[in-house]
Order: sequence, then structure tokens, then C-alpha cells
Amino acid sequence: MPGIGGRFSTVIKSKVSKMLDKAEDPAETLDYSYQKQLESLQNVKKGIADVVTSKKRLQMQSDKLEQSVVKLDTQARQALAAGQEDLARQALERKQGLQAELQGLDTQVTQLEEQQAKLTDSEKKLRSKIEAFRTKKEVIKAQYSAAEAQVRISEAATGVGEEMADVGLAMQRAVDKTENMKARADAVSELEAAGTFEDLTQLGEGGDDIDRQLRELTTGSQVDDEMAKMRAELGTGSADAPQIEEGKA
Amino acid sequence: MIVRISTEGQFEVEDSSVDKLNELDNRCVEAVEGGDEAAFHATYDEMLELVRSHGKELEDDDLHESALILPPPDLTFEEAGEQFTGEGLIPD
Repeated sequence: MPGIGGRFSTVIKSKVSKMLDKAEDPAETLDYSYQKQLESLQNVKKGIADVVTSKKRLQMQSDKLEQSVVKLDTQARQALAAGQEDLARQALERKQGLQAELQGLDTQVTQLEEQQAKLTDSEKKLRSKIEAFRTKKEVIKAQYSAAEAQVRISEAATGVGEEMADVGLAMQRAVDKTENMKARADAVSELEAAGTFEDLTQLGEGGDDIDRQLRELTTGSQVDDEMAKMRAELGTGSADAPQIEEGKA
Repeated sequence: MIVRISTEGQFEVEDSSVDKLNELDNRCVEAVEGGDEAAFHATYDEMLELVRSHGKELEDDDLHESALILPPPDLTFEEAGEQFTGEGLIPD
């Protein structure tokens, strides 16, 4: 059978037959494959723990970004109150960029939660199959002749092997997704670290790569709206202020 | 026939559904070859749904091997290009 169906089951079958070739008597093979199955189950558990760790890390990053958003908002307000229109605008642009990233991050954390639930299900299924194999192996040991036992072991081991390969595939896909998320989250962290608005004078110079990237993520009108809102709250009234700072832009 | 949906589970599907599966399989190949991503996803989803709705899920402790293994439901169009070629998953 071509396609994934073919390749997938051929791999499992060849692994099983290799294992059978090595063993001299079926009872030994049975115990050996059961041991291997238990080891694989441990790996699945470890894999799930890794997904959980990644999720926690992303959540922490998300919390940090949230704090930065609040900080930028406060700083924009302070800048505006001090008549530093340009700085306020830059802070708000950064804030909007971070907010967009934050949204993406939160979506990813949710996806990771779904992955985790699915893997936990898979682990449960695999555990049931291994348990069924354990029962079956005792029956095979007790009831069948060596030649017949070989066939039955092969069948049962292939069934478990297929499940294991499938959990492996699910795990691999989850890990790949997690890696993508981690890379993205790291990039956001770097942006956030470089643009945390610690130093107002440094920001005044603007125009660096991060500024540009963040600005691309925002629309000017959203920033204008926020500026107007802040101005209203601060009671500075009309929009004459921009002209004062225009020379610096 | 036992069909596995990768990363999801195994289903016992009536042999009468196999022709329909094969037809959908061929349409998936057509969509992939024609570069039609939307058509591929629609057809592949139909294929998965056929297995889920017409198939009976195997018990967790069932040790049977699958006759056909379908790729994971979250298959990307790019990955589909590696699976749905020639005769597709089911030989004609």
C-alpha cells in the first residue's frame, strides 16, 4: 500500500520481525517486547511533561508582556502630561505592537493546552494496549506451541507497535508546534526587552530596527485614537500639541 | 476493514464504505496535483468524517493492526503533497 499507510506499517513490521529474529524462544520475546513497551510509555510521559513545561514558559512570557503593556501605557501618559508628544506616540506604538504579539501568544497557549489533552488521551490508550498485551502474552505462553506463538506475538506486538508509532507521531507534531511557538515567543521577548521604554531619551532617537518592526505592526489611527483619549483624560484639550514636538520627529 | 486516523484512533469500517473512501482518496490526489488547497481540505475532511461517522471506534485494549492509516487530521497542504500522490493512500 503506498502513501503513509504503507510506509508506516512496513516500519513497524520490520521492527517487530527484527526483534523476533533476535529472540530464540517466544516467551523471551514476549517479555522483551513488554519491557520495551513499558519503556516507550515512560518516554510518552516524559514528552507530555515537556509540553507542559513549554506551556508554562509561554504563559510566563505572556504575563511579562502584559506587564510591559501596562508600563508602556503609564509611560505614554506621563510623556503626554509632560508635553512629550513624540515619546508618548512611540510608547503607544510599542504598546500596540506588543498587544498584537500578546494575542498571538495567548492563542498559542490555548492550542498547546489542546495538544496536551490529546496526548494525555493517547497515553491512556497506549497504556490500555500495553496492558492488553501483558494479558495476552501470558495466554500465548501458556497455550501455544513455539511456532504458533511466534505468529500470535507478531500480531499482538504489531498492534501495540502501531499505537506506539502513532503516539510518537502525535508527540512529534506537538513538539514541532511547541518549537515554533518557542521561537516566536523568544523573538517577542527580545523585542520586549529592547523596547521596554526604560530610557525616555533613548526612545526619543527612535528609528531603530525594533521601532520599525513594531510600527509596522500597528496602525497609526489606533495610536491617534489612544492619544486623543489620553489627552481628554489628562484634560489637555485640543490637538494643538503635536506642532510643538514636530521638529524632533 | 480497520482504518486508523493518525493521532486519533482506530475504526472498524464496513467494506461497503471502502469504494467511497477510495473515490475521496483519488479526489484528494487530484486536488493536491491541481494545487487546490481548499478543495483538498474539504475532501480530506469528508474522508475523515466518513470514517468517524460510518466506523465503529475500536476498544482501547484491541490489538488489531490497521489495514489503512490516514494521515493526521491537522495535515498541512504541504505535507499532503508527500502523501496524496499517484494512486493515493488506497491503491486503485
